[in-house]
Amino acid sequence: MTTTTTRAFMFMAAAAAAVAAIAGCAASTPAIDYDAATQQMMQRSFRDQGIAKVERLQQDEADAACSKALGAPLPDATRAAIEAANAKTIRMPADGRFIGDWKAGEALAQNGRGMTWTDASAAPSANGGNCYNCHQISKTEISYGTIGPSLYQYGKLRGVTDPAAPAARPVVEYTWGKLWNARASNACSGMPRFGDHQLLDETQLKNLMALLLDPKSPVNAQ
Amino acid sequence: MTRIPRIAAAMLALAAVAAASAQQSPAPKSSADGIAEYRAMLADGNPADLFVAKGEALWKTKRGPKNATLERCDLGKGPGVVKGAFVELPRYFADTGRVQDLESRLLSCGETLQGIAAAETAAAPFGKGEQANIEALVAYVASESAGMKFSLPQGRAEERTMYELGKRAFFYRAGSHGFACASCHGEPGKRIRLQELPDLTKNPGDGVGFAAWPAYRVSSGELWGMQRRLTDCFRQQRFPYPGFGSDVTIALGVYMGVNAKGAASTAPSIKR
Repeated sequence: MTTTTTRAFMFMAAAAAAVAAIAGCAASTPAIDYDAATQQMMQRSFRDQGIAKVERLQQDEADAACSKALGAPLPDATRAAIEAANAKTIRMPADGRFIGDWKAGEALAQNGRGMTWTDASAAPSANGGNCYNCHQISKTEISYGTIGPSLYQYGKLRGVTDPAAPAARPVVEYTWGKLWNARASNACSGMPRFGDHQLLDETQLKNLMALLLDPKSPVNAQ
Repeated sequence: MTRIPRIAAAMLALAAVAAASAQQSPAPKSSADGIAEYRAMLADGNPADLFVAKGEALWKTKRGPKNATLERCDLGKGPGVVKGAFVELPRYFADTGRVQDLESRLLSCGETLQGIAAAETAAAPFGKGEQANIEALVAYVASESAGMKFSLPQGRAEERTMYELGKRAFFYRAGSHGFACASCHGEPGKRIRLQELPDLTKNPGDGVGFAAWPAYRVSSGELWGMQRRLTDCFRQQRFPYPGFGSDVTIALGVYMGVNAKGAASTAPSIKR
C-alpha cells in the first residue's frame, strides 16, 4: 500500500504537471495520454497470486486493439490483420482425427474451472472448457449462459451426418479453428483461445468437437 | 436477533416451494423466477443489518494508538457527515491528493485519526482482523445513504481522469482467457449460467450493479464491499491480484459510479 500510495502520488503529480504544461500552450491538445496512463495504472495495481502472475497483463496485438476500441468495431484493415495473424496459429490434430468422445466433451463443457489464482495448476488437465457459462449446448442442461450463441443442434443444423465424411470437412475444420483460436474468424470474439493459449489439449478439444458434431451427441440427437 | 429465525423460515419455505414444483411442475417456473423469489424472501431479514450495527458502534468507539473515534472522518461532505456521503464516492480528497472510494477513505481516516496503519489493513486478508472492521464500517456508511441516488462529483480534473482510466480498465482484455470486465458486463440482458449480468457501461437501474454493493452474501455469510467484489471479479477474469485500494479499483469505481448516476442505492443489499 505504501508503494502503491507513493506511486499514486507520483502519477497524480505527473498528471498535474501535464495539465499545467498544456494550460501554458495556446492550442489545447489532450493533456493526458489515457492509454499510456492506463498501462501504467494496470502495472502498479496488481501483484502475483498463485499461478496468476502480473505478466498476464501483457497484451498481444489482438487484445490491445480490441481493448483500445472500447467496445466499438475495429477498422476493417486492423480486423483483417488480427484475423490473419491468429489464423496462422491454428494447428490441426497431429493424427488427422477430429472427433473424440462426446460424453467426455459434455463433462468438459460443464466444467468452469481453471487458470484462476485459486487453481493449483495451469496444466490443461486442470482446466474445464467453461462452455455452458456462455452457451446453450445440450437441451437437458437449462443452466446455460447467453454471452455466446446457442450451440444446440450445432452439427445437425450444419448438415453434418458423418463428421468423418469429406462433405463435412469444411464444417469440421472451421469448428476446430473456432476452438483453437476464435480470433482467427472474429478479431474481437469474447471466446478464449483454448488451443492457442494451451488451455485445453488436443484430446480435450476432440472431445468438445464430438459434443458439437457427433450425430449421437445429445446436442444433435435430441 | 429475530432475523435469523426469519431467514431459517425463508429457507424452509424455499425448500418447500422447490419440492412442490419438483413433484408437480405442470408449467415449470423459470429458474430465474425461483432465484428472484428466494431473494425476495431473504430481503425481509437482511443479516447486513448486523454489520451495520457493528459498523456504527465502531465509528463511535475510541480505538487505535491515538484512542480516537472516526466521528471526525471527512467522507467528502465535511468532517463527521455520513448521511449521503456514500452515493458521492469515489471522489477527490485534497488532504491525500487522491481520488478515493469508501474503503480507501476509511483506511486514510483510520490512519490519520486513530493511528491504525493503512498499509497493514490493506494487506490483511478479507474478513480478518482490521479488514473485518472495514467491512462493518462500509455497511454502516452505505446504510446512511440507502435509497439515495448516485451522483459522483466530476468537477475536478483528477476525477475526470479517473473516469477515463476506469473506462479503459473496464475494456482491458488480457490474461489466459483474454477477458475484460466488458466481457460479462458490456451488454444488457446477458447471463453466465443463470446469473444475470448488469450492463455496467450505463445505469443498469436502481439497486443493480454498482448500486447493489456493499452486500451480504448468503452463500458465504460475508459482507462484501466493492473492493472485495472487484477482487473476486478479477479472480474469475483470470487476472493477477488487485491491491486493496489500488488505482485500478478506484478508477473502476469512478467509471461504474458515474455511469450509475441517478440509480438508487440499496446497499447494504443481499445476494445469494
